[in-house]
Amino acid sequence: MNIRYEAPQTVDQAVRLIASDPNAKIFAGGTDLLVQFRAGLRQPTALVDVKRIPELTRITIDAEGLRLGAAASAAEIGEHSELKRLWPGLAEAVHLIGSTQIQGRATVGGNLCNASPAADTTCALIVNQAQCVIAGPRGERIVAAEQFCTAPGKTMLERGELLVAIRVPRPAPRTADAYLRLIPRTEMDIAVVGAGVSVTLDASGVCTAARVAVAAVAPTALLVPDAARALIGTRLDEAALGLAAEASSAAARPISDKRGTMAYRRTIAGVLTKRCATIAAQRATER
Amino acid sequence: MAKIHIETTINGEPTEFLCEPHESLLTALRNAVGLTGTKEGCTTGDCGACSVILDGRLVPACLVLAPEAQGRTVVTIEGIADGEQLHPLQQKFLEHAALQCGICTPGFIVAAKALLDANPNPTEEETRYWLAGNLCRCTGYDKIIRAVLDTAASRVSTRV
Repeated sequence: MNIRYEAPQTVDQAVRLIASDPNAKIFAGGTDLLVQFRAGLRQPTALVDVKRIPELTRITIDAEGLRLGAAASAAEIGEHSELKRLWPGLAEAVHLIGSTQIQGRATVGGNLCNASPAADTTCALIVNQAQCVIAGPRGERIVAAEQFCTAPGKTMLERGELLVAIRVPRPAPRTADAYLRLIPRTEMDIAVVGAGVSVTLDASGVCTAARVAVAAVAPTALLVPDAARALIGTRLDEAALGLAAEASSAAARPISDKRGTMAYRRTIAGVLTKRCATIAAQRATER
Repeated sequence: MAKIHIETTINGEPTEFLCEPHESLLTALRNAVGLTGTKEGCTTGDCGACSVILDGRLVPACLVLAPEAQGRTVVTIEGIADGEQLHPLQQKFLEHAALQCGICTPGFIVAAKALLDANPNPTEEETRYWLAGNLCRCTGYDKIIRAVLDTAASRVSTRV
């Protein structure tokens, strides 16, 4: 087998490597890529390890918000108390991925680039208005998280492009997020359905802004503006939560597979939306 | 294709080995370095048998590329005991009969050491969640959990 291992130390070097070889693959945690590679599903000519590039593994939080290096491990994210405080839903989504061992390897950038419709972090990124920082031969560009994945296993990355970091704006006052997924066991499984919600409340408890996203119910995670609209202007009472749930169920266009039927997934998309909105609202109240 | 020359630190010893570019750290440890205590189970990161500590972080060696070890520090099951003196976890695994066939045991010991390094006095729930990525088809887990909790309890009481 003729395959190279490359460990560039700068983003420019990494971009040059993948731009000059269309079959080179970016290698971060390897928890998806190496499994696919050994199963014969991918035959890369080179594995480009990006974990020696400092800005890809760095996690920084400043007045603007979070800059999460695409190759920072889930374990490092889980140990970042400020990140967990500001974005508890995002931290929960990251924590749900795999075992302790997998947490030591898996990355949020890899979770996005693997483009699974059931990826746990995608909903949490979308509701937090995350922006993907992409480097390529023609420089840098920024893409909203909800536009990054285009189909199962497909992203909008073009040849020679690399996901460098994810930027998440600092939450507005009395804003909080939550993420929930349904699996038939307590952990280490792939979501049957996932849902993320972020809400902003005013001083009197009225919802002034919201974002809702659902996963594993369409080829990509979906932002559901109708569900957000059902929440905005309300006190997140039963009626509003019910309408948001209906909007998520209506937006879902799931398949039936071994993890669940279309009808079940549609229903659960609504249930999780409602529960998530309740948790996010409770957190926002405490801020 | 030429093999890659790697210089790393394994169980505190500066170590060099040759590996294929796409080879896992697991096969390099077992075949090139000769440390066969780290076991091969699923090779897909699901079973925990190949657990090692890489730069202080618990990882599945099957999902680490061998060349990644360049300049890093690796701790394997062979580095857990202090010479002939068993690590307290190893002693407690024996006392509690926390193993039968033994294939998962090195992974459990390494993972449990990482747990106690990070959290010297874990609850049973924390221990069960931490070790959920280590599969054992013999014991039913209970004796393993008891061995880890007993290790923590006796170390805490020793310190007091």
